[in-house]
Amino acid sequence: MKSYVQPEYLIERDNDRCIRCKVCVNQCSYETHYYDEEDDVLCSRNENCVNCQRCATFCPTQAIAIRKNPNTYRPNANWTQEVLTGIKKQAETGGVVLTGMGCDKPNLTYWDRLLINASQVTNPSIDPLREPMELRTYIGSKPDSLKLTTSKTGDITLETKLAPQLRLETPIMFSAMSYGSVSLNVHKSLARAASEYGTYYNTGEGGLEKSLYKYGKNVIVQVASGRFGVHPDYLDAGAAVEIKIGQGAKPGIGGHLPGEKVSAEISKTRMIPMGTDALSPAPQHDIYSIEDLRQLIYALKEATDYTKPVFVKIAAVHNAAAIASGIVRAGADAVVLDGVRGGTGAAPRITRDNVGIPIEMALAAVDQRLRDEGIRNKASVIAAGGIKSSADVLKAIALGADACYIATAALVSLGCTVCQKCYTGKCPWGIATTDLWLTKRINPDIGVKRLVGLLRGWSLEIMEMMGGMGINAIESVRGNRLVLRGVGLTDKELEVLGVRMVGE
Amino acid sequence: MKNLAKTNNPYSDEKVFDACSIFGMMNLKGERFSAKDPIRAMANMHDRGNGLGGGFAAYGIYPEYKDDYVFQIMFLDKEAKKKTARLISECFNIVNEEEMPTQEANVTDPPLMWRFFVQPKESKMENQSPDDFVMEKVTRINTETGKAFVFSSGKNMGVFKGVGFPEDVAEYFCLEEYEGYLWTGHGRFPTNTQGWWGGAHPFSMLDWTVVHNGEISSYGINKRYLEMFGYNCTMQTDTEVMAYAFDLLMRRQNLPIEIVSKILAPPLWSEIKTMTPENELALRALRQTYGSLLMNGPFTIIVAHESEMIGLTDRIKLRPLTAATKDDMLFLSSEEAAIRLVSPMLDKVWSPRGGEPVIGRLETPVAEATA
Repeated sequence: MKSYVQPEYLIERDNDRCIRCKVCVNQCSYETHYYDEEDDVLCSRNENCVNCQRCATFCPTQAIAIRKNPNTYRPNANWTQEVLTGIKKQAETGGVVLTGMGCDKPNLTYWDRLLINASQVTNPSIDPLREPMELRTYIGSKPDSLKLTTSKTGDITLETKLAPQLRLETPIMFSAMSYGSVSLNVHKSLARAASEYGTYYNTGEGGLEKSLYKYGKNVIVQVASGRFGVHPDYLDAGAAVEIKIGQGAKPGIGGHLPGEKVSAEISKTRMIPMGTDALSPAPQHDIYSIEDLRQLIYALKEATDYTKPVFVKIAAVHNAAAIASGIVRAGADAVVLDGVRGGTGAAPRITRDNVGIPIEMALAAVDQRLRDEGIRNKASVIAAGGIKSSADVLKAIALGADACYIATAALVSLGCTVCQKCYTGKCPWGIATTDLWLTKRINPDIGVKRLVGLLRGWSLEIMEMMGGMGINAIESVRGNRLVLRGVGLTDKELEVLGVRMVGE
Repeated sequence: MKNLAKTNNPYSDEKVFDACSIFGMMNLKGERFSAKDPIRAMANMHDRGNGLGGGFAAYGIYPEYKDDYVFQIMFLDKEAKKKTARLISECFNIVNEEEMPTQEANVTDPPLMWRFFVQPKESKMENQSPDDFVMEKVTRINTETGKAFVFSSGKNMGVFKGVGFPEDVAEYFCLEEYEGYLWTGHGRFPTNTQGWWGGAHPFSMLDWTVVHNGEISSYGINKRYLEMFGYNCTMQTDTEVMAYAFDLLMRRQNLPIEIVSKILAPPLWSEIKTMTPENELALRALRQTYGSLLMNGPFTIIVAHESEMIGLTDRIKLRPLTAATKDDMLFLSSEEAAIRLVSPMLDKVWSPRGGEPVIGRLETPVAEATA
C-alpha cells in the first residue's frame, strides 16, 4: 500500500561542507543516511528521520540541517496536520498509534503560571554561597509527636521509634524506568549518580541487574503488575520498595516490552524466557480494591522486616485525593503521584494525551486532603511527571511535595532529545534501547558526570531561590503555598492550587 | 464609636508583618515590683515602634483573686458587652467584674474594656480540664460575636495593650499602679496595618503570653501544620502561629522548653552530625517529625507563663536579643541600653546564640546560654 504520509522532516546537506566521513550513516539507527559510492555523495531517506539530531550533533563539519517539512495540508484549526497524519497512519496500519515520552501539548502545564516570592526589607534574604542552606529531606512516615527524655546534662534521649526513612541530600530522585525500556548503561549511570549525590534511583518494573546490587542503598526497587524480577534478594537489595499501580503517561493501562527486546541479560533480570513478550497487566491482579493494596503493602513490609519504606505510585487521576487518602490509611510510607505529562517508553498516543490530570492540581488536592484528614504526617508525598527545571521542583515542594521524581530530565542530560520514538527500540542516543551496538553510546563514566551535574545545578538553583526568600531549610518551603502566586489562572484554579493571585 | 471594628488585616494580606522592640523582666524569687522600670525600658526603645501598637503582660498582679481566671475584654458596643456578659454568666461564676481603670493618655480610639474575675461552673464542663474549658469559651467569644475580643484570660495575670506607643498605653491603663514579679513589653512597628487594639502584643491565651519581633518566612507551612491539630489562625500574624506552636508543644504534648527551642530553631544538619550518637538520633527525629514547625526567618520572642520567662531567637539570629542578670532579676531586651537604663550595674550581660533559649524559672537558677 502506498503510504499517504509525507516525511515529517527534510534533511538538508551542505555538500560543500560534507567530507564524506559517513558519521551520519553510522550514527543513524533508522537508516536515514546512505552513501552513494558512484556519485561520492551522501543521501537521505527523509521518511525515516525522527529528528533526534544525533547526526547533526556528531557531523564534524556541521553539514546537516534538519527542517520541518514545509508541506502542509490546508490549514484547519480542527483538522490539523497532526490529526490528519494520525488518521492516515492508523488507516494504513490498523493499529493504535504509539508514542514515547510525555504529553507534548502545551495546555496542561501550570508550573509556568506559578511565581516564587523573595524577601525585601522586612526580612533578610540569605546568600547560599556564604551561609548554610539545607536541602536534606527524609522520606517516610512521621509520627504526630515524639516522646523524649532530657537528662540533667542536657542530653536528649529519643523514646519513640520512627518508621524507616530515606535520607535525600537534595529533594530530587530518579523516577522509574525499567531495565529493558532503557539500557543497562543508563541504569548504571543512574545508580552511580544517585549514590554519588546522596539520592535514589528507581529500578522501574524490570528488576535490578546483578551488577547493580552494590548500589542498593540508593535504589528504590519497584514491584509492578508483571512482577518481573521480584524475588527476596531484590527486595532486600533496595532501600525502599515501590508498588506501581499506575503511570502518568498511561493511567489505567499496562505495559508491553516486545520479545525482541528481551535479550539474554534482560531475560535473566526479569526472570522470563528470552525472546518472550513481557506483558504488564493493566491492574495488579492481586489488587482489585484498597484492602487488597493494604495486604500487598504489609506483605512487602513483612518480607523486608519493616526496615524499608513502602511507596505506592499512582497516576494522577480525577479522584487522586480520595485514592491517596486510602493509600495512606492502607499503610504506605509514601504516595507517589505521576501527572499527565509524565514520560513513558511506549504508550498509545491517545491515552498519553487525554487521560489523567496535571501533577500540579493532583499534588495540591492530595496534600490538602491529607491535611484536612490530619494524616499528612503519616506519609511523604512525591511528585512526578513533567518536572523540567529546578523551579518546577521548588514549586512542587511549596505546593506540598516532600520530593520530586525526575526521569525525562535525567535522560535529556544523558543526550535524549525527546524525539518521542522510544517505543521503536532504536534510540540513536543509546538510551531507550537494548541493542548492544547502540547501548555502547552511553558511557556510564560520562553518564554519571552528566547526571550529577544536573542534580548539582538544580540543587544550587533551588538554594538560590530559597536564599532569596530568606529560608534556609527546605522543610520551611514544603507545603508553604504562601511563597507562590498564580498568574493567568481562574479563581477556581487558584482555589484548587491553594495559591493567591499575583498582586494579592 | 469605639474602634474595634478595624480588623487586624484590613488589606487581606497573607499576614501582618511586624517589627518592634521587646523587653522582659522577671524576679526569679517571685517578688513583685512596679511597672515603672519596664515602662521606662520600653520608652527608651521608642524608635523601634511607630505608635501603632504597644502593650505589656504582667504576672502576679491580682493576688487577691489569684485562683480566678481574669477575662480582660474589648467591646465594640454595649450590645456586645451585654451578650458576652450573658455568655460568661452562663458558663462561669463571676467573682467580680468592673470596667478597666483607665486615664487620659495619648492613645488612639480606645474601645470599651472590662475585666471579669471568674470560676468555671463545674456543671458546664464536659470531661474537660478547666483550662480547656476556658480556652473553648474564649475562642467562642472571639469568633462568635465579632464585636468582643478577650485579650487576656489567665490567672493572676493580665495583658494591657492598645494602639499607641508602649509608654502611652501604659499611662492609659494606669500601669504604674500594678505590681508583678514578671513583666514583658512590646512596641510595635507594623508595616501594613492601621493597627487595632486587639492586634497589639502581647498575644495571649490562658496565662501564656508571647511578644514577638520578626517575620516568619515559613508562616505558610507553620499555619497549615497547626491547622491539622485544630488551631484556626484567624489573626493572620506570625505571633499567633508562635503562640499556637507553644500551646501544642508545651501544653498539649508536654515537651520542655529545651526541646521546644530545638523544634522552633533547630541546629543545622552539619551541627547535628557532630553530636553524640544519642543526641544525633534525637535531634534528627525532632527535625524529621516537627520540620513543619521550624520557624524560618528572623524572630526574637519572649514567651511567659505563670512560672517561666523564655527568650529565644531564630537559629541564625537575624533579630537582636540581649540577656542580663542582676541579683534575682533576669532581663531580656531587644537592646542592652534599655536594660542598663533601669539597672546600670549588672551581674552578667550576654548575647544568647541563635536558637539557644534563655530560661527564667521561679525559684531556680537561670539557665544561661552555653556561649
